[in-house]
Amino acid sequence: MNLILIAVIVLGAIGLVSALVLFLASHKFAVHEDPRIVQVAEVLPQANCGGCGFPGCSGFAAACVKAADGGSLEGKNCPVGGQPVMERVANILGMTAAPSAPKVAVVRCNGTCENRPRLVSYDGAQSCRVQNMTGMGETGCAYGCLGCGDCVKACQFGAISMNPETGLPEVDEDKCTACGACAKACPRGIIEIRLKGPKGRRVVVLCNNKDKGALANKVCKASCIGCGKCVKTCEKFEAITLVNNLAYIDAEKCKMCRKCEEACPKHAIHGFNFPPKKVVADAPAKPVAEKPAEAATQTPKAPVEESTVINNVKQ
Amino acid sequence: MSKLIVSLSPHVHGGDSIQKNMYGVCIALIPALIASLCFFGLGAAIVTAASVISCVFFEWAITKFILKRDELTITDGSAILTGLLLAFNVPTNLPIWIIVIGALFAIGVGKTTYGGLGQNPFNPALLGRVFLLISFPVQMTTWPVSGQLGEYVDVQTAATPLSIMQNAITTGDASLLNELPDSFHMLIGQTGGSMGEVSALCLLIGCLFMLYKKIITWHIPVSILLTVFVFAGVLHLANPVYANPVQVILSGGLMLGACFMATDYVTSPMSHKGQLIYGVSIGLLTVIIRNWGAYPEGMSFAILIMNVFTPLINTYCKPKRFGEVKK
Amino acid sequence: MKTFNIGGVHPAENKLSAASPIRKAQLPKQAVFSMFQHIGAPAKPVVKKGDEVKVGTLLAEAGGFVSAPVYSSVSGKVSKVDVALDASGTRRPAIYVDVEGDEWEDSIDRSETLVKLSDRPELDAKTIVEKIKNAGIVGLGGATFPCHVKLTPPPGCKAECVIINAVECEPYLTADHRLMLEHADEILVGVELIMKAVDVKRGYIGIENNKPDAIRLMTEKAAAHEGIEVVPLKVKYPQGGEKQLIDAVIGRQVPAPPAIPINVGAVVQNVGTAFAIYEAVMKNKPLIDRIITVTGKSVKQPSNLLARLGTPFQQLIDECGGLPEDTGKVIGGGPMMGKALISLEVPMTKGSSGLLLMTDEEARRSTPQPCIRCAKCVSACPMGLEPYLLSKISEKQMWDKAEAEDITSCIECGSCQFTCPSHRPLLDMIRVGKSTVMGIIKSRAAK
Repeated sequence: MNLILIAVIVLGAIGLVSALVLFLASHKFAVHEDPRIVQVAEVLPQANCGGCGFPGCSGFAAACVKAADGGSLEGKNCPVGGQPVMERVANILGMTAAPSAPKVAVVRCNGTCENRPRLVSYDGAQSCRVQNMTGMGETGCAYGCLGCGDCVKACQFGAISMNPETGLPEVDEDKCTACGACAKACPRGIIEIRLKGPKGRRVVVLCNNKDKGALANKVCKASCIGCGKCVKTCEKFEAITLVNNLAYIDAEKCKMCRKCEEACPKHAIHGFNFPPKKVVADAPAKPVAEKPAEAATQTPKAPVEESTVINNVKQ
Repeated sequence: MSKLIVSLSPHVHGGDSIQKNMYGVCIALIPALIASLCFFGLGAAIVTAASVISCVFFEWAITKFILKRDELTITDGSAILTGLLLAFNVPTNLPIWIIVIGALFAIGVGKTTYGGLGQNPFNPALLGRVFLLISFPVQMTTWPVSGQLGEYVDVQTAATPLSIMQNAITTGDASLLNELPDSFHMLIGQTGGSMGEVSALCLLIGCLFMLYKKIITWHIPVSILLTVFVFAGVLHLANPVYANPVQVILSGGLMLGACFMATDYVTSPMSHKGQLIYGVSIGLLTVIIRNWGAYPEGMSFAILIMNVFTPLINTYCKPKRFGEVKK
Repeated sequence: MKTFNIGGVHPAENKLSAASPIRKAQLPKQAVFSMFQHIGAPAKPVVKKGDEVKVGTLLAEAGGFVSAPVYSSVSGKVSKVDVALDASGTRRPAIYVDVEGDEWEDSIDRSETLVKLSDRPELDAKTIVEKIKNAGIVGLGGATFPCHVKLTPPPGCKAECVIINAVECEPYLTADHRLMLEHADEILVGVELIMKAVDVKRGYIGIENNKPDAIRLMTEKAAAHEGIEVVPLKVKYPQGGEKQLIDAVIGRQVPAPPAIPINVGAVVQNVGTAFAIYEAVMKNKPLIDRIITVTGKSVKQPSNLLARLGTPFQQLIDECGGLPEDTGKVIGGGPMMGKALISLEVPMTKGSSGLLLMTDEEARRSTPQPCIRCAKCVSACPMGLEPYLLSKISEKQMWDKAEAEDITSCIECGSCQFTCPSHRPLLDMIRVGKSTVMGIIKSRAAK
């Protein structure tokens, strides 16, 4: 009996002393943290991908709270969670979410095995960064995809995979969160984080080759040769610019008329997620010319909406 | 001509390979193996065969059916080596089923659990041995007397030099040490013990072979042997109850441990400075455990303990950089 | 025998062309002059399409202090100023010259007579450096660092000795070896010129003892030149690395970057550079040709060719018996540090010390196996680094840690990868880490 009593007393005393120490320590060394940071962090996806530009989700949460104290959530966007998550964050902080347009990673190279013959064979570490150091890589193109899959390894969401037939990476748009890890991993800057576009529709120049036309033409069947035909077809909207022998379509200005796609002699411009074309081959030249006008009048809504969305972001 | 090959430099390779190193160690163990066969005959042969075969089998089975890897890892020789070393660490009258359990533990828990070759923090063979020692203390500590060539399980057993030494310390009676065989016999190996404990000379020959082939560097074996010699020597001078240092070095698994177990690539430190620290620590721990620990043999525990410290040693012992100025 | 103190490996020497005397290569039909034949700012073209040029005509001027001019090595007409594929594997600005005849600028002395330093007492340090700078001479060992920069010590530094790198530690290459055997006198005058340029009294010529004939000849001839000593060195790669050579010859270690050899009082020049300096100062000949070893186990006639810069490699191979059927890899330089070429159209540049043709079988790398932590790379690293660790943290993109582990000290000699029993692409990954860390350091300095 005595023994039990001693044990209980001793243990109880130890417990009490420990509790006291813990209590004092927790007060003495307490770090004041805005409770909202925890609340915000809870609604974030916890992917810690860094796509927002902050170190992990808690870093982003802290930045959001700070921004909210500053009066606006402008420029804060979680690429993984997208608009719904940002709205919840805004709710917690008593703000309204800045609208943002969804984005997606786009591989701007169409140098498939067929379009771009392999001239040499690379026999080193399976890494694009390493292969890029050997010079041009396996093909004659110093700008195109190297095919070792650094972007695949960089993607935390399993959204990119190598297509063994083409030797190019493919982005699964449903899984892609536009965090930008792949774009950073690509030593040649081929992957662009681009506006997803209304209904996922977008028109992109699938080439990154800045060589002069003759050379670009020689190394790849699907290269942009900087001829400028697309620029001319888009004079009205001025969405296409030609810098360093490479055409670029500004997603914010593009009206999805797809005229440039037809104008490109090398078929370097591709439209994504458009419904299958009407029988264009049968149609004479005239309807083709009319089509863009028709498209512009028929779907004025989507582009306008998109542009306002973008303007908001820019402010 | 086919397409040109492109890669970064260097474009040539020295021709060294994992296989060359692993089989090199196996070859270095052959003199000791032959000596054991001469002393223990049938028992040594059965134990070695059982251990090697079961290690290779478990390596193959686990990588194929559990890790589901396609590449064949048993050809790299590391499983054979683990099997050989495990066999060298157990009594030659150990039943096969115990050896198989030891092999399963060595390969299954000691190696493949961590991801296979190059990933294990502990020496797999030693882990297997220590597992058996703790699980089957009786079987693992009865040592057959050498010379019974045709026998396997039913052999006469006797005390090993190590137990005599420990007995002398616990009783405080230095005269017990007179029962020890003389140093020459201990060098050649006509004493009781496991296969790896009998012939220090053959193990030394193997060690020299590995040094010559540049499979290992001198740092670990020399630092261990020297530390044990000095430490045991100091103790012997202070109190004759402790055996003389030459007999300490030649007895037990010290030579095997210093030359073959502690030098295991995966679990030893990377820099020469780190290897010296590792070696000296193993030497000290071995003598401490042998003299004042519960078990007569401290080598395997000393090595396993230092295996734990290897990552720490690697972090703090950097090789001397070229042009480094001392601050 | 002397050698450097840390690490090193010993690759099979394979000096197949050691016994073959230097012969002149034929003139190419078209010569291509890259603007990137040196480390530093690219040269700026001063000719345009249609210009007539002679051998020794200036094609491009230096683009800055750390840069070098480019001279025409052929006579003919400039056909275009465009881009050309070079040994780096990329297309970079270059000048194409269609060859017609072989007409030399009048200022170049083409006689074979030896001009000694005592014949030209009027030469002072400044004139020598100026002449070297104008001749477009760069380090001919392969690093192609503009020569005059090394001969202009930064303020506060004083050279104590000149070390001539005649080690030729790369397997297969014999260009420097043959040069010493055939032009020993000129080289020694060149060494004297370098010594005068940096105002020192001592010059060492480091030669590995796998070239006993060169050691004997140079020692014999050096007796007549005050202050020049031939130092035989034990064969070990990478002894030809600047830092390793200084350690081997005078026993001093250059600290980690940003320290440079001059900080320990040494100026290192390649033996080929010494010869080029002789020609530039005494014969007024700019750098328009060099000796290149064309070799390989399947090459019919492994040779040492005196070839004009800008000659396409294809032609050099044709002169040595043509491209073997089993060629798998063509390397510009030696097998340890050379660059694998993606095309034989690549023209020879100032840094082309060798052209090595490897068979397909030799060239293929084995499949990498897991690291067994054998520490052989740590033992082999001549800079005292831990290649296994650097490679791993580069793979994991831990740039801060890579910097803390001194990844920028790596000289990319390849000893680690050469020695790795698991055939891991250690240097491949370390290069990625090193270039990234260098970029990070640079951008931090810019801030």
